[in-house]
Amino acid sequence: MCLGVPGKIVARYEVDGLPMGKIDFGGTVREACLAYVPEAGVGDYTVIHVGFAISRLSEEEAQATLEMLREIIQLEEEIGPADGAL
Amino acid sequence: MKYVTEYRDAALVKRTIREIERTVTQPWVLMEICGGQTHAIVRHGLDQVLPPEIELVHGPGCPVCVTPLELVDKALAIAAQPGMIFTSYGDMLRVPGTARDLFSVRANGGDVRVVYSPLDAVKIAQANPDKEVVFFAIGFETTAPANAMSVLQAKALGLTNFSVLVSHVCVPPAMHAILGSAHNRVQGFLAAGHVCAVMGYWEYPPLAEKYRTPIVVTGFEPLDIVQGILAAARMLEAGQVGVENAYGRAVTYDGNRAAQAVIAQVFEVRDRKWRGVGMIPLSGWGLRPAFAAFDAKTRFDVGDIQPQESPLCIAGQILQGLRKPHDCPAFGVDCTPEHPLGATMVSAEGACAAYYRYGRHFANLEATHV
Ligand code: SF4
Repeated sequence: MCLGVPGKIVARYEVDGLPMGKIDFGGTVREACLAYVPEAGVGDYTVIHVGFAISRLSEEEAQATLEMLREIIQLEEEIGPADGAL
Repeated sequence: MKYVTEYRDAALVKRTIREIERTVTQPWVLMEICGGQTHAIVRHGLDQVLPPEIELVHGPGCPVCVTPLELVDKALAIAAQPGMIFTSYGDMLRVPGTARDLFSVRANGGDVRVVYSPLDAVKIAQANPDKEVVFFAIGFETTAPANAMSVLQAKALGLTNFSVLVSHVCVPPAMHAILGSAHNRVQGFLAAGHVCAVMGYWEYPPLAEKYRTPIVVTGFEPLDIVQGILAAARMLEAGQVGVENAYGRAVTYDGNRAAQAVIAQVFEVRDRKWRGVGMIPLSGWGLRPAFAAFDAKTRFDVGDIQPQESPLCIAGQILQGLRKPHDCPAFGVDCTPEHPLGATMVSAEGACAAYYRYGRHFANLEATHV
C-alpha cells in the first residue's frame, strides 16, 4: 500500500469541492485527488500515493540526476574499470 | 513509462554498482527505512550484486508491520459489530491479530471492504447513511495527507456516520530510537523518498549531526537505490556527516507544504507503540480534539482487549535491523504468507514476505536471479 507510483495528469476537474484528476499510469487510467499539487496541470507527472498526488515530478531534477550518473560512467570508461587500483 | 523505465536501465545500474565497489574500502551497514525499498532491493536482487562490504539491513518503514497489535485487535472487534462497514487498505486484511484477521471477520459475515483511497471510504459513508463506516487510517507520513483529507471531507459533507481508527507513525523518531539504541549497527541511512516528498528533509540534518550518520534521501527504482547507496558509501568513506538528496525529481528540502498544513490541521503529535518494537515517545499522530467526533477509537466500545503476540515472532528485532528474516526459526516453516504469524510476513513491504517471495531462505544464498 505504501508504494507511490508516477503518473501523468490527463484531466483536472472538481468533485464535491475537491480538485481531482485522471492519471495515466502507462496505459491504466485512475482517478486521484490533486489538492496537494495545486501547481500541477495536465501533462505534468506526479507521484500518486493511496489516491493522492503527493509530489510533482521535476523534469530538470530528473535530467540532472541521470546526467550525474552518466558522468560517473564516462569517468570509469576513461580511467578503466576498478581493480583495487585506487 | 516515463520516470520508471530510465531508472531500471540494467547497464546504468551495473555501472553504478561498479562505482560503489570502487568506493568502498571497508564494511558498512546501511539501513533502508522504507519497506517499499526493501521490497525493491530483494525483488531486483540488488542485495546479491552489491559488494560484500555493503550490508543492507531493513528498517521499520512498513506501516502494516508496525501497527500495534492492540489496535489490530480493536479494528477486528469494531469490524465485527452489526451495522458496520469497515474499510481498510488491502494489506491490512491478512495482518494477524491475537486470534484472527480481517479476512476471517469478513468470512464470518462482517462487511469489510478494501479501498484504494480513503476518499473511497467517505463515498461509501455518503452512499450508506444508515450504516457506520470506519476507515482504518494507518501509515507513515505518506498516507497522512490522504487520511487527513478524508476527515476534512467528511466534515465538509456533514457526514455523521464516518470515523477513522488512527494509527499514524513518523519516521524521524524511529531513526532516533534506532541510532540511540545500545545495540545499533546502522552506520548510514537511506531515507524514505516518499515520506520526504511529503515532509521534506529539514528534520534530518540535526539527526545526522547528533549521531554522526550520513542520511541519503532515496527513491524506489533500482537506479535510485544504488545511487542512494553510492552517495552514502562516499560520505562514509570520506568521514562526512550530513544529508544528501538522491531523489531530487520528487523531493525538495521543504517538502509538500500544502500537505503538511492539512496534516497539522487534523493531527497532533502523540506517543505511539510500534508493533514488535514498543513505545517510541512522540513518534506518531492522533486526531486533534476538534475532530473527536470522527475518532472511531472513542466512538465504539469494544470492551477489554488482551493482545498476545506469537511467542515465535522476532519481527521487532528485524524491524530494528538487528536480525534478518531467515534468522527466525519460524520463517518459511510455521510462518508463511498463507499462514503469517507476524505482520512482516503479510505486507508486500514486510521484510519476511519479501525474503520468502524472492527466495532468501538462507544467509549468503548465491545469486539466483538479477
Ligand atoms: S518469519 Fe514470521 S514469525 Fe518469524 S519474524 Fe517473520 S513474521 Fe515473525
